[in-house]
Amino acid sequence: MSLLQVKDLSISFGGVKAVDGVSFTVEPGEVFTLVGPNGAGKSTIFNLISRLYEPSGGQILFDGQDITSLPAHKVAGLGIARTFQNIELFDHSSVLQNLLIGRHCRRNTRWFEELLFLPKVRRSEREHRLLVEEVIDFLDLAPYRDKLIAGLPYGVRKVVEIARALSSQPKLILLDEPASGLSVEETQNMAWWIEDMQKDLGLTVLMVEHDMSLVSRVSNRVLAVSEGRPLAMGTAAEVQADPKVIEAYLGTEATS
Amino acid sequence: MDILQLLVGGIANGCIYGLLALGFVLIYKASEAVNFAQGDMMMLGAFLGVTFINTSYADLPFLVGITLAALILGLFGYLLDRFVLRAIFGQPQFAMVILTIALGFLIRFVAGVIWGHDPTSLETPFIGRVWTLGELMIPVVDAVIIITTVALTSILYFFFARTRLGVAMQASSQNQMAAYYMGIPVKRINAIVWALSGVVAAIAGVMFAAKGAVEPSVGLLFGIKAFAAAVIGGLGSLPGALLGGLLVGIVEPFAGRYLPSGVGQIAPYVLMLLVLILRPGGLFAQISQKKV
Amino acid sequence: MSNRFKSRYDDDINLFEGRWHLAQYAILMALLLAAPWLLGTYYLGELTAVLVWSLAGLGLMLISGHTGQVSLGHAAFMAIGAFTNLALMLRGWHFLPALLASAVTSGVIGAIISRPILRMSGIYLAIATLALSIIIEDVAIMAEPITGGVAGVFAPPIALFGMEIDRYATPEAFYYLCLAVLVLVTLGYLNLLRSASGRSFLAVRDSEVSARALGVNVARAKTLSFSLSCAITGLAGALYAHLAQAVNYESFLVLISITLLLQIVIGGLGSVHGAFFGAIVVVLLPQLIAIASDYLDNTAGIQIAAYPGLDTALFALLILLMVIYEPRGLYGVWFKVRTWLQLFPLYRKGMFRRTRTYLKTERQR
Repeated sequence: MSLLQVKDLSISFGGVKAVDGVSFTVEPGEVFTLVGPNGAGKSTIFNLISRLYEPSGGQILFDGQDITSLPAHKVAGLGIARTFQNIELFDHSSVLQNLLIGRHCRRNTRWFEELLFLPKVRRSEREHRLLVEEVIDFLDLAPYRDKLIAGLPYGVRKVVEIARALSSQPKLILLDEPASGLSVEETQNMAWWIEDMQKDLGLTVLMVEHDMSLVSRVSNRVLAVSEGRPLAMGTAAEVQADPKVIEAYLGTEATS
Repeated sequence: MDILQLLVGGIANGCIYGLLALGFVLIYKASEAVNFAQGDMMMLGAFLGVTFINTSYADLPFLVGITLAALILGLFGYLLDRFVLRAIFGQPQFAMVILTIALGFLIRFVAGVIWGHDPTSLETPFIGRVWTLGELMIPVVDAVIIITTVALTSILYFFFARTRLGVAMQASSQNQMAAYYMGIPVKRINAIVWALSGVVAAIAGVMFAAKGAVEPSVGLLFGIKAFAAAVIGGLGSLPGALLGGLLVGIVEPFAGRYLPSGVGQIAPYVLMLLVLILRPGGLFAQISQKKV
Repeated sequence: MSNRFKSRYDDDINLFEGRWHLAQYAILMALLLAAPWLLGTYYLGELTAVLVWSLAGLGLMLISGHTGQVSLGHAAFMAIGAFTNLALMLRGWHFLPALLASAVTSGVIGAIISRPILRMSGIYLAIATLALSIIIEDVAIMAEPITGGVAGVFAPPIALFGMEIDRYATPEAFYYLCLAVLVLVTLGYLNLLRSASGRSFLAVRDSEVSARALGVNVARAKTLSFSLSCAITGLAGALYAHLAQAVNYESFLVLISITLLLQIVIGGLGSVHGAFFGAIVVVLLPQLIAIASDYLDNTAGIQIAAYPGLDTALFALLILLMVIYEPRGLYGVWFKVRTWLQLFPLYRKGMFRRTRTYLKTERQR
């Protein structure tokens, strides 16, 4: 069964249809990439899936469960984690703290237990820490563990954001432009990590990305969207060769 | 007739709130900062007016006195921005809130040292003069206040909507860095806006002292009420500020007359809380969801 | 001492980072316990006031410093705590249940109003809470059966564990009472900060969207933080009532709300230390001015006491300088001095240089 099913999803902002009848399915264990020109509605689709936006039509099913009207804070607990295009980290906290907040959806203590710091809370803190340390090892973040986010270079912040998403032990991870603003080397590393996530952790990845070399390298399937509508679907090479996609990127004059 | 009489007084008072609210909105529009010392700047303007105009002080003609007060407070606003506020340029909104609260405390203290703590009224040429329309009595002071306010609001409104400088101010409040890149002199614009709000505060202050009496601590609560008015209007809208001011000004005397004592005084705040609870961004809201 | 090797996860979970850290706080605690013998009655009273204002500051720090929701109206919750405590005691309740009731009442009222209030943010929230504080002033006059109207109420003596505790008759006992409450609250506060709830507060402060995406129920986190904050402030209000011996609406003017916010800003927003540093400044600054004033009067014949409100003005000047030069408050200063000492002689000048920032609109969130 598909892990994520998006059916006929639509949303409009003040009359403009940002996403207009998009449907696709993401199979367990694959890397599925959304491509398209700026303003095509890719990030909006992400925001709809993570329930930050209210769709005006359509349905989202995750793991067979309808999440179309679930409150946003319940999405993480089901196993969907995400990163943001413009990095939304907790700037005044350390890397470790950020990753521990990633564990929030797995918390099993109540505030009054935490107030007294019962042995149960300490146990749970140790367990959270253990899992976070695995993520730190996985993404080579050990040198930055106790550093404040505010002082970290951009490339490291991107990785920390992925680490924070991984800390919640997701089944599906949404990566919103993981390589934007990264150097060639950093993009290379990112590709390896995405491959590792898929192969070693068995994660399903849904990604928005512009860097076609990265897209071709890691994606199993690619969906091109333009002006809120799906254009073409297939492997990276197929989609790149599709005349409709070329037209959407370069404008009508180029093809005529 | 009683109601009409209350209404006239309320509108005139509301205009002063509205004028002060304009000062808040000006600064908010241009730099998204909130000047918690606005009420104290008004108090300063009132004292300057008294100093220039009253016979026991400089005894200058009324209009000359107002102009001088407005110029001096305009200069004060400019220097404030140039030498104090610019030091925290680029810091979050909250820093400005704290800074202006502290400035308010300082202005209050200095005013107390200079002018003392006795309530003082402004001597205007139209003191005690009243126009009668049937049974309705309109004090000339009130009429002057209403006319001045409407004129000032219209000028500022067209300034912001139509002139290049006005549009540049709006741009610099929404994204400082982008405004910089577009060649807008953000810092100079801030200074101009602070000067402008100083002028507006001076005019509001003179009106205030003409209608009542000024002493150093009036600025705090009056400022908070005017800020409430600006918030009711939505903080980003000049006509909204005037409307909010009028609402606050009208609600006050009516609540004082028809509601049990004690409730009347808090009516403006209750009104503001209601507006904010129903529309968390004010009547003319400008808050939108953050893009991620 | 900064080169501490962590060998267990508990090193990061424990309240104290190792023995030396623990020892520092043990010494501080010992000094505080010995204070009645070290200080005269007058200064013990001042120290008690520092404790009470620290408690109030802690309350505000939770919602404003750690959850990022600015409140300019916390004197309202001090008032609720104070009047609840005194009204119940005057109706025959014992002190401890009445103190607990202060916390619970303030907390519950905070929880009730938090939903509509905390939908607002930034400047709107600030003005809404400010309005709340002004409204409570008038309510305190109108609710005469509870608050004693304009005249207010006197604090009855506290009977606790067979002892009579009174601020003037037995200042040491009252000091220890305040110290005990403060230490307990601080421990609870720190416990919260090192576990999931505290982290969710920080998350809400720094980025609401990503907090939500990580599974934090933002509205619930804000409500919890706000009501706990109100409860702590309510406790502080109750203790303040006994410290002042009598309270009326004037004890909790909107100016107190504003000063309380300035207090935690000057101490250092977002640090527990800041609440304490701020309280020390607020309580001791007038003392320093009084001493300086006496000195100037005696030696140079300058009478600065002739200017009323000089302490407020100096306080404001201090805030002004702090916002411009050290936005992290006294905690920031302390942090730098500590780092300098730890790294001596390797401290580099640019270590704490701030990066240039540009204001972005807060109309989008």
